[in-house]
Amino acid sequence: MAETGTGIGAAVKRKEDARFITGAGRYTDDIDQSGQAYAVFLRSPHARATIGGIDTSGALQVPGVAAVYTGADLAADGIGDLPCGWLVKSKDGSDMIQPPHPPLAVDRVNYVGEPYGIVIADSLQAARDGAEAVAADFDVLPAVVDVATADQGDQLYETVPDNQCYDWELGDKAATDAAFANADHVASLDIVNNRLIPNAMEPRAAVGDYDAASGMYTLYTTSQNPHLERLVLAAFVQVAPESRLRVVSPDVGGGFGSKIFVYAEETAVIWAAGKLRRAVKWRADRSESFLADAHGRDHVTKAELALTSDGTFLGLRVKTIANMGAYLSTFASSVPTYLYGTLMAGQYKTPAIYVEVRAMFTNTAPVDAYRGAGRPEATYVVERLVETAARQLSMDPAEIRRRNFIQPEDFPYATPVALTYDTGDYEASLDKALQHIDYQGFAARRAASEANGNRRGIGFSSYIEACGLAPSQVALSLGAGVGLFESAEVRVNVTGSVTVITGSHSHGQGHETTFAQVVSDRLGIPLEDVEVVHGDTARSDYGLGTYGSRSIAVGGSALIRATDKIIAKGKKIVAHNFETTEDNIDFTDGTFAERESNRSMAFAEVAFAAYVPANFPLDELEPGLSEKAFYDPGNFTYPAGTHICEVEIDGETGVSTIVAFVAVDDFGNVINPMIVEGQVHGGLCQGIGQALLEHGVYDDAGQLVTGSYMDYCMPRADDVPSFTVDTTVTPCTHNPLGVKGCGEAGAIGATAAVMNAVTDALGVKSLPMPATPETVWKALGSAA
Amino acid sequence: MEVTLKVNGASHSLDVPDNALLVEVLRERLGLTGTHVGCDTSQCGACVVHMDGRAVKSCTVLAGQADGADVTTIEGIGTADALHPMQEAFRDCHALQCGFCTPGMIMAAIDLVQTSEDLDEQAVRDGLEGNLCRCTGYHNIVRAVLAARDNM
Repeated sequence: MAETGTGIGAAVKRKEDARFITGAGRYTDDIDQSGQAYAVFLRSPHARATIGGIDTSGALQVPGVAAVYTGADLAADGIGDLPCGWLVKSKDGSDMIQPPHPPLAVDRVNYVGEPYGIVIADSLQAARDGAEAVAADFDVLPAVVDVATADQGDQLYETVPDNQCYDWELGDKAATDAAFANADHVASLDIVNNRLIPNAMEPRAAVGDYDAASGMYTLYTTSQNPHLERLVLAAFVQVAPESRLRVVSPDVGGGFGSKIFVYAEETAVIWAAGKLRRAVKWRADRSESFLADAHGRDHVTKAELALTSDGTFLGLRVKTIANMGAYLSTFASSVPTYLYGTLMAGQYKTPAIYVEVRAMFTNTAPVDAYRGAGRPEATYVVERLVETAARQLSMDPAEIRRRNFIQPEDFPYATPVALTYDTGDYEASLDKALQHIDYQGFAARRAASEANGNRRGIGFSSYIEACGLAPSQVALSLGAGVGLFESAEVRVNVTGSVTVITGSHSHGQGHETTFAQVVSDRLGIPLEDVEVVHGDTARSDYGLGTYGSRSIAVGGSALIRATDKIIAKGKKIVAHNFETTEDNIDFTDGTFAERESNRSMAFAEVAFAAYVPANFPLDELEPGLSEKAFYDPGNFTYPAGTHICEVEIDGETGVSTIVAFVAVDDFGNVINPMIVEGQVHGGLCQGIGQALLEHGVYDDAGQLVTGSYMDYCMPRADDVPSFTVDTTVTPCTHNPLGVKGCGEAGAIGATAAVMNAVTDALGVKSLPMPATPETVWKALGSAA
Repeated sequence: MEVTLKVNGASHSLDVPDNALLVEVLRERLGLTGTHVGCDTSQCGACVVHMDGRAVKSCTVLAGQADGADVTTIEGIGTADALHPMQEAFRDCHALQCGFCTPGMIMAAIDLVQTSEDLDEQAVRDGLEGNLCRCTGYHNIVRAVLAARDNM
């Protein structure tokens, strides 16, 4: 169908853009309910303190203040803790330790910005005035901030010795030790993966509504995952049963992981709406986003690679300390384990790998999945280490990678760290990337830069990721608390138009277009006849939302299953009409035709017949044309590619300029190449941001130093280059579309490519991120 | 205080608190929710509108300062049937993903094109430095602005 210009593979302009470019998008903060009140949260000014008392009497005297609730009020009402959805086990078999995480702090606070109360008033101004009038008495305690020494600080929770959440391992320790014992060379690196603050442009928001007549709660919120939100609020927090709680994620302004999680704020808002029998609205200020959105990354790692003298990898040993922050956020525990340790093989045939991860609590904001979630951290370890080894052995960085790549004939390939890659062609991506960057010409470009007093470097990153976390059976056995399938419903309307209801959620990814393309292509109907609905628990059965680049691989596959059922049902209807059997009916390009006859029915005619069942044999053929499917993948998908970054460093100022960035990715089959390229661009920008600009910093007292856009350096238009983006294709072998997912690749691959280029330019082994002009300038001095 | 301002061609006289911000008046009093608040502190540009023909960050303009002004928001530059060339270019170049920064980005970009000569890629990047986008990596935004430059 691609020839029609709207089917699978076509760069269709997005359906959703019409509303976004005219200002008609409907985000949570654009939603008002009649008579709504406004909420402001009381937040801890201290990193660690006990709460002596909270005097709310002053606030209650502020005109317009309707209520002030504290953690004690929620606790008294039976509101439960915010849970973590993945139980990780330590080396010794013991469960990870989960400290209590009440939505609003009760008797102690553990990070700056932690909410301990909510002030609700007739206006936002009155709520702010009310919050100012609350007097809370804190007894400040020494904070534990540095993750590397967190086990030596004060014990933060009675139940958590050494502030350690878990001590996890993966791989064969003995085999890895043996590999190192037999190695000709060992390359080693100490790595800090800097803390990032996600910063979706739309701040988190929630509007909670309660209808006393029906007992129905409705929560509009900025969630990537409304069904999970409802599940947690119903089953764990126990605000209301699932049947009386509707969660709507309307247009959501970016997520990048940070809006997967179930947070304190929407919990308190929906609970308060029920308490007050009045709608309650909250929108985060950007300062609150910095303080209280879950942060990302924040690892301290020691990594070693054992090699033979010809550069063949023998073993990899990784020891990581991962910061969980003060509490376990919704999926925090899985990020530095099952989404990190399992990726340590990268694209290589490293035969022995052993990974140890200690997860620690500190008095900082919770850390959870941020675009890539564990996989960028793993790629950073592997690709920085490979680069280090190449330099140590004086090997070409492309050559050392090529020598160790898993080859096309090796698939399916079982890695030593629990994954089985289904397909790939890593050299194809590398070769294409080398052409795009003009690798041959690099030496001359470097010489030209040096002649001008500058430095130039080139850096590679041959990353792999695992997307579409799966299968449920395996994940559940490893501690996951939810299934990992996706749902889809294809409702054919009476006149032949189609409504698609997906459990995936779009917050920028363009599902209203790509999912419509898939259905339009499969059913042979015009793209404009397909409408995609998402983000409302009242409209779809269930869903697991969008994270981990899963939407097309898992949600799209569910869509194919549902569409196949529609076609099968259509054939039955047509067979009945033509008084033949359904195996005598073919469906192509929107037409059901009887084989070896000239009789056929168009899709819309079949739809009409389905809902006007004049003479259906009702015990064999039900009226209607609407089908559902739940798809649980058989494996992860494994997008992979090579990114190459070329930087020039100003010899006077230390400013690094990315002069070229090439990304060649294998996402399997591509539904809409325009959207896929856009996803790559955005990911690259975030990956470059981590390498050169972004850093979430706490001081020793646990105060967030980077709490605004003046302090936290977001990539701006003049910080990044235009990108050269290309693809190779090895279709995924185990899903019906042959797709792998593209949402995170840019952020996973880019960071290591940039830092390999910067360190190459400087001639240094390593450099802390972000490589700011100051950091680079100091290194220029020391390397000179 | 009483403020009178023209928004997208329509005149409004409103009684607002002294500390009311222009963006609050637009969003909450006039229901023009296309103008977004991303940071409250004039650092992200999601709230950019035109006031008397120039781009301003409406989260940092008091409603009182807009008294007597002619304000244009994203809702006032084109319609779905008759898009402004910049809106069209954003759609055609896939210069938006989540759409949250888009209204401010489009309003800033129109101002940039109108007030610049010899706008090239670097000038677009420099000129949009005050508008954050977390989704697109700016690549397609730059393409869109350069495309619209030729059609405005």
